[in-house]
Amino acid sequence: MTTTTAEPGIAAPVKQKKRDVQGSGRLAAVLLSPTFLVLALVVGYPIIEALRESLYQSSQGLDANGFVVKGDKFVGLKNYTDIFTGAKSHAFWNAFWNTTFFTITGVIIEVVLGIAMALIMHRAFRGRAFVRASILVPWAIPTAVSGLLWRWVFQADGVANAMIGHQILWTTEGFHAKVAVIIADTWKTAPFVGLLALAGLQLIPAEVYEAAKVDGATAGQTFVKITLPLIKPVLLVAVLFRLLDVLRMFDLPFVLIGAHKDSVNTLSMLAFDEANNLRYGPAAAFATILFVYVAVVAYAFVKLLGADIMGDARVRKTAASKRAKKRASATQEVTA
Amino acid sequence: MTAISTAKPGSAGGRSFNLRKVLSYLGMAVVAIYCLAPFYWMVVSAFRRPQDQFDNSPIPAPFSIKNFTAVFGHDVGFQRALLNSVIVAGTTTLLTLVVGTFTAYALARLDFRFKNIVLGIIIATSMFPPISLIVPLLHLFTNIQWINTYQSMILPSLSFALPLAVWNLTAFFRQMPFELEYAAMVDGCTRGQAFRKIIVPLAAPGVFTTAIIAFIAAWNEFMIALSMVNKKEMQTATVSISKFTGAYGFDQPFGTQMAAGVLVTVPLVIVVLILQRRIIAGLTAGGVK
Repeated sequence: MTTTTAEPGIAAPVKQKKRDVQGSGRLAAVLLSPTFLVLALVVGYPIIEALRESLYQSSQGLDANGFVVKGDKFVGLKNYTDIFTGAKSHAFWNAFWNTTFFTITGVIIEVVLGIAMALIMHRAFRGRAFVRASILVPWAIPTAVSGLLWRWVFQADGVANAMIGHQILWTTEGFHAKVAVIIADTWKTAPFVGLLALAGLQLIPAEVYEAAKVDGATAGQTFVKITLPLIKPVLLVAVLFRLLDVLRMFDLPFVLIGAHKDSVNTLSMLAFDEANNLRYGPAAAFATILFVYVAVVAYAFVKLLGADIMGDARVRKTAASKRAKKRASATQEVTA
Repeated sequence: MTAISTAKPGSAGGRSFNLRKVLSYLGMAVVAIYCLAPFYWMVVSAFRRPQDQFDNSPIPAPFSIKNFTAVFGHDVGFQRALLNSVIVAGTTTLLTLVVGTFTAYALARLDFRFKNIVLGIIIATSMFPPISLIVPLLHLFTNIQWINTYQSMILPSLSFALPLAVWNLTAFFRQMPFELEYAAMVDGCTRGQAFRKIIVPLAAPGVFTTAIIAFIAAWNEFMIALSMVNKKEMQTATVSISKFTGAYGFDQPFGTQMAAGVLVTVPLVIVVLILQRRIIAGLTAGGVK
């Protein structure tokens, strides 16, 4: 790495500008290649391999001559037709709707709670540090452990039932199991949305609110007309992260309710179960469908709502450095 | 105009200001309770005597650490699980930082073509559902006898840890002053030397924060560890806890599980609280425009 830059440096110290750019390109390639090698290996290869595997089924049987044939057999789109209309269609559509239900309800609740938390913290007089610290606690707890924790809370004679004074068997099949999963999920992730929303709130200059006050805007009007539009970019990114995270949900329903429960089975759990039973072909088909689902949602979200996930990272010719500085000071504010 | 607008909140504001203050404190209390109550319940349940497990009092009446001693019982093998978690999460973090630092430096500092595409690819990879990576990798690792090995957990973990680290590090690197690096290069440093002698020490806090965030992500990982391992001795802590078995058949040993949950969570929580400012800066770096 040193040599690639050192050589042209010694050779042509006068052509400072040109050398710099040329060296940058080559150096960038050198610096980027390890990451891309790793990503190609652990992300690129599996995605393509999953696509290929989804067209095969492992089979063990006798061929026409009576010999035992073992190995993968090309079955075309059979795994997919099985999933959409065939033997696995019930499990698939159930998991599909569960996943979609968790995603939509979960993200809506998280965003509402997150904004509320952010507003509370933003208006805080004292003790903001304490609240901000407590907000990090759910984030730091492993999802599997939080699943156990909520399973414990939702036990038949657990504290949740004691508090509401009803006997609900939360962790058995039924709509209440979905509710339990959503409660546990929002507990862990709404604070994270709140953290991002707070960072967005702190970017809004106070003059804007003062101007609104002078113009006689009510608190509600200020919130809808000023606060929401101005934190929209931050919120969109948070929502996108959350959407994609819930779409691949696995740990929480798996630990909180359990495997093979129709009420909470998600697409990830279905694929995991197939793979665990060595049915790699169908598992790969499920995984590929989920992958496409996630990709479509992400694409639609970015295209339709204009979520700017790359933000400052993108190269912007003139505004780049100015924005970077603004962002740096904003981040300091958030952490102050 | 100014006289009116300043006078108004002053005269009528006395009571409403107090009310706002009270509401604010109330709101903060609600947020804190929302975040901490379930965690508190885990701690409380862990410190009960096993026979008081279903007690719902807010403070464990006869305080007991019996659940914790049960976690470290011989048949549980939790020490080994903790060690496995440290190895897997530690190696993942280390590899991630080594590879990611170079990339983040390039993304933050160098001008090159296709930069936006490179960034896009790195962000996109972090959004792929892990199951679509796990299925083929599980098949592959089964074929090459990698099941129940550390590398079978570490390699897939890179898929989420590496983009996370690159993203965080790029944000940190970008905040550092360009001028220092140029000054060093004017003084005769090569770009590599400028990187090693100026950027690395300056970036150390950011790198450390990224290490913590990556470590937490890897430590909390569940699905990969669950898929790639079926031998008890190779389970990581999160998988091990979820598979604790009770002394009496189908009884789920919640007391022991809560104690184990406290053990794997409290160190993280302490680190997070100490470094909260840096971690929040890291977490929001991707989201704030």
